[in-house]
Amino acid sequence: MAHLPPEQLEHVPDPAARKRARKRAGERKPYQPNRGFWILLAAPGMIWLLILFVVPFYAMLAIGEGKLDRQTESPVAVYAPWQWSSANLGNVWRDLFGSGAFVGVIAWRTIWYVVVASLLSLVIAYPAAYFVARFAGRRKGFFLVLLIAPFWISYMMRMLAWIDLLQTNGYINKVLSFVGLGSPDWLGGHWYTVILGLVYGYIPYLILVLYAGLDRIDPSLIEAGRDLGLSRARTFARVTLPLSRQPILTGMLITVLPMLGDYYTNQLLSGAPNTSMIGNLIEGQLATPSAGQGAILSLIVLLVLLVPMIYYVIQTNRAAQAAS
Amino acid sequence: MSSTAVRETTTSTTGTSSSGARLFRNPWRHPWFLEGFTWLYLIWSLAPIAIAVLFSFNKGKSQASYQGLSWRWYWGDKVNSIWHNPQLHAAMFETLKLSAYTTLIAVPIGVAFALGINRWRGVLPSSFNYIMILSFVVPELIFGVALFFVFTRMPGLRVAGLGNWAEILGLVTWNVSWPAIIVQARLVTIGKQYEEASADLGCTQLQTMRRVMLPLLTPAIFASAILVFSGVIDDFVIVDLLSSNASNTPMSVIIYSTQHGGNGGPALNALATVMLLLSFVVAGIGFLGYRLMTRGQRVDGQQALTAIAGAE
Repeated sequence: MAHLPPEQLEHVPDPAARKRARKRAGERKPYQPNRGFWILLAAPGMIWLLILFVVPFYAMLAIGEGKLDRQTESPVAVYAPWQWSSANLGNVWRDLFGSGAFVGVIAWRTIWYVVVASLLSLVIAYPAAYFVARFAGRRKGFFLVLLIAPFWISYMMRMLAWIDLLQTNGYINKVLSFVGLGSPDWLGGHWYTVILGLVYGYIPYLILVLYAGLDRIDPSLIEAGRDLGLSRARTFARVTLPLSRQPILTGMLITVLPMLGDYYTNQLLSGAPNTSMIGNLIEGQLATPSAGQGAILSLIVLLVLLVPMIYYVIQTNRAAQAAS
Repeated sequence: MSSTAVRETTTSTTGTSSSGARLFRNPWRHPWFLEGFTWLYLIWSLAPIAIAVLFSFNKGKSQASYQGLSWRWYWGDKVNSIWHNPQLHAAMFETLKLSAYTTLIAVPIGVAFALGINRWRGVLPSSFNYIMILSFVVPELIFGVALFFVFTRMPGLRVAGLGNWAEILGLVTWNVSWPAIIVQARLVTIGKQYEEASADLGCTQLQTMRRVMLPLLTPAIFASAILVFSGVIDDFVIVDLLSSNASNTPMSVIIYSTQHGGNGGPALNALATVMLLLSFVVAGIGFLGYRLMTRGQRVDGQQALTAIAGAE
């Protein structure tokens, strides 16, 4: 068994002899990493996510389907599904769809605020991202710094900036009254101020996703469109726009999902009940006896968002696989 | 051949039309309209911030009209400046503390998770990968509410209660997806050949990790640490829901709770300016560090910029 050719090594029956033969042949074991090593690496993160991400949602369900302690006026979690009560669910359902439903109004308001704000964000962000990605030329770095800067400025700082500007004696009104347009009370509970805040608050995240996507489009594809005789507008419609479908969808998700859970923008810029959103309702119930209803409401929001969220997860995964 | 024909027809039509139309048809003309729009957007997005910073130096008490330059709200005022107001002072350190702890815990866990999940094939790891990505997109309020219930109502975890620990645990969970996603993306581009080469040269798995994979992953790990740190500075929802008293309230919550429903005064602008400076310092360190770590690779400044903003 002196020097076997490598393909015959595997047929040596005795493992110890096989090992010796391998050594003699100067062949090393093929790379076969130990799976236990990977499990060990992944385990802390998995346990962490299990306890602090999966369990909390079950706790929320248990509170929502649980009961109310009449003495302490606090909700009690019920962990066994066969003991669940649907009292909270019934209440929330009535508030959403029944007569005198006040939650339904807030839900619709939330939806239209978010739709208008996210579409406005897209209309503003796309051209700016498109310009910087395609036409900025040598000044690209300069524009990119300015484009990304708001991403590093805290949300609260950005809201504070608009509160300063929109006060009744603030700079916006000074300009408006100078040109004779009066001085409206911007912060007095108006939908347009809240939408302005939402657009201003979430646009940096959208613009970043759009820029990254548009920057990745191969310029030769666009040049090919032009070379084949398409006008600028048609090249854009036939080449650039279809290629930016994915970044647009991702960007919209990344703005719409947090907007739906927003409760601070309208608190800061209006504070009036006639502009409150679903987030205010959930947050407002947290420390009250009706926390259980807040939990049910959160779960309903989660359920509605499950489809877009799963879409995002699958897209992310597919993109990662396509790259490999 | 067809493309030259098309070009000829275009030139012939432009040749006969007016100069305005010719300018419009020039395929390489600069898109002035788009550039103007971009400038307008940039002014709209950055001028309010500049004005808010200006107000932090206001001599008077107003957040609406500027009355001259002073350091009053930084340290001049004996009661309300951020230097003398213990609440504002504490908020600053609380933010830094939360950022540091969260980064120190979330980054190692996230990196190890990414490495393990990426190599260990199976149903269990891939479903946890889905859960991790889900934690990235779930609305922060919903997640925060779920954690609030855990820390106030759940028998086992209630012991922690609201406060520093709850905030750190929540922030780590919320931010662990940054390193996990970024490192996995980098692993995909690195491929397996380095690992195999090092195993061929006789390294154990641990040695391969330490001597080959970690150095290759350093820029990605660094970028994700920068993102986590600055993400915690900016974070509001989780810390708002999980903080319990003044001693564990960070800057963002102070700005929110002081400003809403009233005039917070320029001291808040000063606090926000400090926050802004802090973020920009972190971003600057991130940019320079990333450039330094990717020296010799084909990474330019623009790529470094987008990498530390999490959009690579």
